[in-house]
Amino acid sequence: MHHSIEVDDLYFAYPDGRKALQGVSLHIEPCEKVALVGPNGAGKSTLILHLNGILIGKGLICVAGLPVIKSNLGKVRARVGLVFQNPDDQLFSPTVYEDVAYGPLYQGLPPDEVQNRVSEALETVRMADYSRRVSHHLSVGEKKRIAIATVLSMKPEVLVLDEPTAGMDPRARRSLINLLRDLPITMLVSTHDMLMVRELFERMVIMDDGRIVADGQTEVIMKDEALLNAHGLEKP
Amino acid sequence: MHIHFLDPYHHRISLVHSLDARVKFVLTIAFILTTALTPHAAWPVYILLFATILAATLLSELGIGFVLGRAALAFPFVLAALPVIFTLPGPALTSFSIGDWTLTVSQSGLERFISVALKSWISVQAAIVLASSTPFPDLMMAMRAVGVPRLLVAIFGLMWRYLFVLADEALRLLRARAARSGQADQPGLKNGGSVTWRARIAGGMAGNLFLRGFERSDRIYMAMVARGYDGEVRVAPLPPLHAGSWLALGSGLAVLAILLGLAYWL
Repeated sequence: MHHSIEVDDLYFAYPDGRKALQGVSLHIEPCEKVALVGPNGAGKSTLILHLNGILIGKGLICVAGLPVIKSNLGKVRARVGLVFQNPDDQLFSPTVYEDVAYGPLYQGLPPDEVQNRVSEALETVRMADYSRRVSHHLSVGEKKRIAIATVLSMKPEVLVLDEPTAGMDPRARRSLINLLRDLPITMLVSTHDMLMVRELFERMVIMDDGRIVADGQTEVIMKDEALLNAHGLEKP
Repeated sequence: MHIHFLDPYHHRISLVHSLDARVKFVLTIAFILTTALTPHAAWPVYILLFATILAATLLSELGIGFVLGRAALAFPFVLAALPVIFTLPGPALTSFSIGDWTLTVSQSGLERFISVALKSWISVQAAIVLASSTPFPDLMMAMRAVGVPRLLVAIFGLMWRYLFVLADEALRLLRARAARSGQADQPGLKNGGSVTWRARIAGGMAGNLFLRGFERSDRIYMAMVARGYDGEVRVAPLPPLHAGSWLALGSGLAVLAILLGLAYWL
């Protein structure tokens, strides 16, 4: 039995010399949902980009039992669904359908299978009527759901989301939270939305200055106001 | 997660770096003009021009390798001058045929081509030394000082500012695409899709980037209007030019005038 996400002693510095990750270790069980919180610039997004091999640092990363190394990148990217913070980055095709079909088409799946995957993914995010729509004209909440569908169509084992509720109105946020709760899949969610963390995630990880400074039960960590304040967070 | 490679400025502590941007700008333009006005096949003057720019490179501490490496960028454009080898009348050196065509290399044509190549190579070096030793805002100040229309300078400035934003957006789009470019576990599937499909995706990305650039420009304009922009670019007055800068400007222009004089006199 493997962990879904295994990160051991990961170091990464950007080309300009900024040390973004300084010895990060994180293990996540299959089907576990974990929140990743911390101030801006703590290294959350950098860590997330490593899980899919977009950035490659020093240290060991295994995702769904596969080491994240150059020769494995194709397989790793099929297993890890990365949802970027700005859905506009994720939706680069003219229509919703083409965007959701990108992953399966890239993998070379047969056309009827692609069709099934797209319908299924859009059904899951409750956007089935949108497949012929132009992504560009959707609202932020709709774009976010489509962005999630674009990775669900790849049937990933792990879903990684970067600040999914940022910029959403309460109704869109509520329906996204319900969607995330219902997805039976391993999940790592980077966020500033502490209310969502408390509601949705049993386990939370705090990052600050390129390190993991706390990792444990949300219920316990949320009570430790001194710890939250020390890392620029607020008790909800 | 930002792109820095677009910025040609390289910080060094050198005489060239500390020279007033206005002086550098005028001297560079004058140098390029002098090079362009030098008649073809004036080899000794080319050597002197090259020596001048080499001296500037040395003084700038940018490194000769760095400047010459970047100057190689000029070569693809030199190819545009290739036809003069065959089209200029003059004593024939050699001829060869491709199919039904017979091409004759003339001596004056070859001389003209080598002259054009050398002149553009030398000019590009001057531009590289200027761009690498002068921060872009200083360069804009210099353009304003020599009378480039303020609106044009403002457009340069906005372009410079948002080129990086655009490049960052392109980078994020490419990342998002890479993140979903996976490989299925089923054996026997061809990864990556057809060439036309990939071209379609790339086209979609380009269109996406264009739309976003377009919308961003709208937002930027509104933000400018919100802060009182009325179509008129207002700028702070320029600082005075020191005596040393005047001296550098005068002596630089004198050297170039002598070089140009030599070129016609020789």
